[in-house]
Amino acid sequence: MTTEVKDTALEREELISGAEAIAIACALADVDVITAYPIRPYDTVMQFVSKLIADGELKCEYIVAESEHSQFEIVKHASAVGARVFSGSSGVGWFYAFEALAVTCGLRLPVVAMVGNRALDDPGAFGCEHNDALAVRDLGWMLRWVDTAQEAMDAAFMAWRVAEDKRVFLPCAISTDGAFLTHSQQIVMIPDKRLVDEFLPPYDRGEFVLHPDNPITIAPQVNEDWLMEIRRQTDAAMRRARDVITEAHNDLKRIFNRGGDDPFIEEYMTDDADVVLVGMGTLALPLKVTVRRLREQGRKVGFVRIKWFRPFPQPELRAVLSRFKAVGIIDRDYSLGSPDNGGVLYNEVRSALYDGDKRVPIVGYIAGLGGREVTVPMTTEMFDYTQKVADTGIIEEPLRWIGVRD
Amino acid sequence: MTLTSTLPMIRGVHNSPLEEYFTSGHRTCQGCESALVMKLMVKASGPRTIVLGSTGCMYVANTTYYSTPWVVPWMHTQLGSAGSAAVGTAAGLKALMNKNKIKDEPINIISFCGDGGGADMGLSAISAALTHMAYNHLILMYDNESYANTDIQVSGSSPWGANSTFSPPGKLHRIMNQRWKKNMAPMLAVGHPGVKYIATACASYAVDFMNKIRKGLKYSGPAFIHSYDPCPKGWDYDPMYSHELGMLAVEAGIWVQYEIEEGKLVLNGPSRMIAQGRRQRKPVVEFLKRQGRFAHFVDEDVDYYQSRIDEMWEKWWLPGVIPLFNEAGEPKG
Repeated sequence: MTTEVKDTALEREELISGAEAIAIACALADVDVITAYPIRPYDTVMQFVSKLIADGELKCEYIVAESEHSQFEIVKHASAVGARVFSGSSGVGWFYAFEALAVTCGLRLPVVAMVGNRALDDPGAFGCEHNDALAVRDLGWMLRWVDTAQEAMDAAFMAWRVAEDKRVFLPCAISTDGAFLTHSQQIVMIPDKRLVDEFLPPYDRGEFVLHPDNPITIAPQVNEDWLMEIRRQTDAAMRRARDVITEAHNDLKRIFNRGGDDPFIEEYMTDDADVVLVGMGTLALPLKVTVRRLREQGRKVGFVRIKWFRPFPQPELRAVLSRFKAVGIIDRDYSLGSPDNGGVLYNEVRSALYDGDKRVPIVGYIAGLGGREVTVPMTTEMFDYTQKVADTGIIEEPLRWIGVRD
Repeated sequence: MTLTSTLPMIRGVHNSPLEEYFTSGHRTCQGCESALVMKLMVKASGPRTIVLGSTGCMYVANTTYYSTPWVVPWMHTQLGSAGSAAVGTAAGLKALMNKNKIKDEPINIISFCGDGGGADMGLSAISAALTHMAYNHLILMYDNESYANTDIQVSGSSPWGANSTFSPPGKLHRIMNQRWKKNMAPMLAVGHPGVKYIATACASYAVDFMNKIRKGLKYSGPAFIHSYDPCPKGWDYDPMYSHELGMLAVEAGIWVQYEIEEGKLVLNGPSRMIAQGRRQRKPVVEFLKRQGRFAHFVDEDVDYYQSRIDEMWEKWWLPGVIPLFNEAGEPKG
């Protein structure tokens, strides 16, 4: 059940970027420890954070670290003593932190991070690619991709709520497409702190808190005697995260009146569609424009946006995608040498649908690497080829690079 | 967390606390001086302490699931993260105390690392930690002069010429480790002028060691202690001589004991007497010949080693501490 927000003082409207939206979310969520280190394009969030602190609107321990590794080690340890934390990075900076990112999962610490998705130079490139955040996909990080500044803010509240839930205790990264979302301004409804407090309970580390009153030993050597059982517990936590995300999604709808129909995916004009494209992040904008234009020409096309990559929405995608005659997956990433030399999302979706009752033909598209704009002509080309597959039932090219010079 | 603990100085071994916070359950080697360092460290700091341990001997050999020796709360941190673990723990507690989410009280934070974790991989994070004056903590680098846990590999803190599994003497090259040991405490003291307490220590001088831990915890802001730990496995000697080798290194002037308290340098014990000319340094060969890691040394190597130690005491502007020379090439004062 959804309720209208009647008290207008409970939210205000502002024109802000995705990065600023997450910085404001940090203030509203009363984050305790934040660590910064500069790398474009994520770092704009920390510019807003530091200004909020300077203006007295955010009270926290704010540490400019000497590397991304230290950034994530510091918040990891702050989280262990019961502090709500936030950090972030982009591209190779995220990789510099990789050791800290990996152990945070095993320690079951609810670190929340923003990834301003960026290409992994060399050669140097500031623009958006998803390979940075995707690199932690096997380790226990929950991964959320957002499309708008509003969704970035709401996803941040969701991230702390789900990550800090005792049933989960896993880190969560919010992927915001570099430049397209980190730096683009949109209208955002900013909730009052009372609403945020209703949605987001305080972080309670409980019996696992590191404190002299609770003298525990965290992360001793376990070796082959226990590691497998502990990995299995982390696996169970990720499985439980699905229900916790659904609960949080329902509360988000009830309290903020936002969040869409499904916690995990967004469907756009798919009801009677024959052919759909699937993607993540800000690709949604050119895709929705293309869908509307092709619909004007009478073509039955639609778009499905994946919001949570981890946990992966297998039941949703299996149920939804099997309705169509052909599906095209758009990857703003690459997985060189993988099956069909496809992208990460392409191979994940194909794997998720393997055991489905109806195995829909799937083709993959790699596009928009290094921040190259994905344009309406490009998405039209993807729809055209996917339509051809639907019409003929023949996949001549399972994987195509779109908008690349020969 | 603005409060620091006020632990009194321990006057003599008979006045040291009886309680142990590092007890049975560890699996360190016989004669391991670093295990003694751990024991004295928390004995001095007491029960209101959180210990953060970097990867290394004192993690891997020390802290096993279901048999932890730690009575105080303890958490592992990554090899290069002693500095970041200290800052993160202190920042988390400070934020929670400032917001009245937990009780505001002094809690000792000690983050330890080995020489590999401190002098090599973690140097950058330790340097950063020593610039954040808002957070009270102590970083202890226990230096057994090699990556001892992983099979004795040379580190940036290994002595010149020492045999290790990455620097073995061979038919063509007798001396494979051509690097001189990093001078950590002065490097950090000179580079981080806001730090109120930096010291060197050796567990062979146990009361001095415990008091240095207490002083490090007393001052607000970060503190750093570099501890010199004889290692029977890595240095190749009978485990019964750990204590003696620590003293021998000090008496030969190879290891120098001092504190830098609010910028003021004070040499301690035998090092002080050597600097004042009240005590003769023992020849370094007495120290070298006791250990298998120097067994391949010929006279030329011993002479070179002795000449570098002589230079420390006779040529350095601050003898035994700061390797700078004045215009006249003579010691200060």
